[in-house]
Amino acid sequence: MAALLEVKGLKTQFFTQDGVVHAVNGISYKLNEGETLAIVGESGSGKSVGVMSLIRLIPQPPGKIVAGEVWFDGRDLMTLTDDEVRQVRGNRIAMIFQDPMTSLNPVLTIGQQIMEALQLHLGMDKSQARQRAIELLEMVGIPGAASRLDSYPHQYSGGMRQRVMIAMGLSCNPQLLIADEPTTALDVTIQAQIVDLVLQLRDQLGMAIIWITHDLGVVAGLAERVIVMYAGYIVEEAEVHELYEEPHHPYTLGLLRSVPRLDMGKSKRLIPIDGLPPDLIDLPPGCPFAPRCQYRTEKCTQETPPLEATSPTRRVACWNWETMVADIKEGGIYV
Amino acid sequence: MSSNNGSKKDVLLEVKGLKMYFPITKGIIIQKKIADVKAVDGISFNIKHGETLGLVGESGCGKSTTGRAILQLYRPTAGSVRFEGKELTEMKGETLRRQRREMQMIFQDPYASLNPRLTVGNIVGEPLEVHKLASGKERQERVQELLKLVGLNPYFVNRYPHEFSGGQRQRIGIARSLAVNPKFIVADEPISALDVSIQAQIVNLLEDLQANLGLTYLFIAHDLSMVRHISDRIAVMYLGKLVELTDHITLYEDPLHPYTQALLSAVPIPDPYIEEKRQRIVLEGDVPSPTNPPSGCNFRTRCPRVMDICAEKDPEWKNMGTPENEHWVACHLY
Repeated sequence: MAALLEVKGLKTQFFTQDGVVHAVNGISYKLNEGETLAIVGESGSGKSVGVMSLIRLIPQPPGKIVAGEVWFDGRDLMTLTDDEVRQVRGNRIAMIFQDPMTSLNPVLTIGQQIMEALQLHLGMDKSQARQRAIELLEMVGIPGAASRLDSYPHQYSGGMRQRVMIAMGLSCNPQLLIADEPTTALDVTIQAQIVDLVLQLRDQLGMAIIWITHDLGVVAGLAERVIVMYAGYIVEEAEVHELYEEPHHPYTLGLLRSVPRLDMGKSKRLIPIDGLPPDLIDLPPGCPFAPRCQYRTEKCTQETPPLEATSPTRRVACWNWETMVADIKEGGIYV
Repeated sequence: MSSNNGSKKDVLLEVKGLKMYFPITKGIIIQKKIADVKAVDGISFNIKHGETLGLVGESGCGKSTTGRAILQLYRPTAGSVRFEGKELTEMKGETLRRQRREMQMIFQDPYASLNPRLTVGNIVGEPLEVHKLASGKERQERVQELLKLVGLNPYFVNRYPHEFSGGQRQRIGIARSLAVNPKFIVADEPISALDVSIQAQIVNLLEDLQANLGLTYLFIAHDLSMVRHISDRIAVMYLGKLVELTDHITLYEDPLHPYTQALLSAVPIPDPYIEEKRQRIVLEGDVPSPTNPPSGCNFRTRCPRVMDICAEKDPEWKNMGTPENEHWVACHLY
């Protein structure tokens, strides 16, 4: 498979009154055509900013992409003019966001909002666009699509609005769909509906997906490859089965241990990750996870570990990952 | 723990036929009631001393309203709430205020539930003042003691909420609720607003406090895995009604109600091998409006096992287990 997207050394910072926020600190990864990649991290890990930077959706100022290349379809998106980026964004690369209420315009009908992109990017006339909008709504499973086209967003439920967002995202047959926590605001039964829908559409349309989330459960049923981010760094990357079978970074292990699993009995006690995520204005020297890490050694507080390949499919940024893996092999992930 | 066994079986809180309707009115000067939002529509359960009852359901099912109606933050439309045998729905004014010392609440949003203009000392100390339990130096000492209890530095008393992270703010909220030495705490989604790595810290704290102070919890949440972890018994709610109530093991191993089954199957499990094999029951459609719930069984519009009788008759709330191991369910299948 050919690489659809290649990100090299992407660095995004926000210049605020309090100082420079180091949101994304030089991340590099590849995405193949038709592949589903999940980016996992907590709030402030840089997972959203990192992906929004790809399509230059960072408010400038205060934000700035200070370094990096983003190769998509043979072009570096960072060197394009604003007009050229606009041709890619929403057309070749589509996005769906977390909150389907605030990402739809409340004073325009659903139909108008879907048709806008069709007319703009594909040059359709009004009746063609309307016809296509109906097809799209049917594709995402909205019953009575033709009549619901003239409804306003507030007349749709949360799950339906997210379906509309997906219909809009897919309207121009994108090669890449970026989904930024699309199910976080939804209930579990609706989340299951949306995940099913996206997977079914992926198989049907063959697009690649970057799915951003904090929920390791959703990732397990959805992604082929996973990137774990912490404090603006990629700390681990692995094929999905490998990651859950044997995490290589102490932070990934901490995340897995700190959530109870439905299929395991009432576990004795959760093992939280001690402390708090670091302040992105004033990052500690060395590994950003070191202050909270149980495998910390002196080296960790002095030198930042590079993200290195540990196998053809895996990368990890940790000085002591081998010690940790030996521990897991002996005691298991869930102790 | 053997000495506790006797008291552990005693019922602390008894809820019977609780209804909470919110009127929808029309007109500006002369308001006419045109309909009701039936947020809670006749639910019954009890909570025993020292146990944690989990209340789960999707947004809008009435689980938070239930918690508030129990504490009389909303006055219930109908039904009875008995706390240690005392009827709360009939209490008023000073009697009710005094009763509130025994029952407190932890809120979901640690950003909205703390007054930004008060110092931590004043936030945590306010209940002591309101209930005239301590003042002056005594109050200050008690506040510091409470902060220590929830794992915060006692020297934080003069700081303001904005100086703290979400998890620390939630600890402040917990300290405030503990100030009056309550017996019973309604925890309304206390961890939903927190990051995954912080959630476990707060859950462990709640468990420690329960063990040390003998607290009883009503733990309201939508995250089934977390509810299972923390609860002794679990009640599942759908559109204002309870559909199933049993202990945490039975609920997961032998769920009876089709809604519980669907809800459990929708919870993702962090293991790709399991996820590949799992058969998911995906419910069609959305939750109906509580203003105009379906006739008969509330769940029939989305139920994969719907029958004719479901539209005609409200299913009875019955015990399918034994008197010792109760398993309550409301479904015509049983």
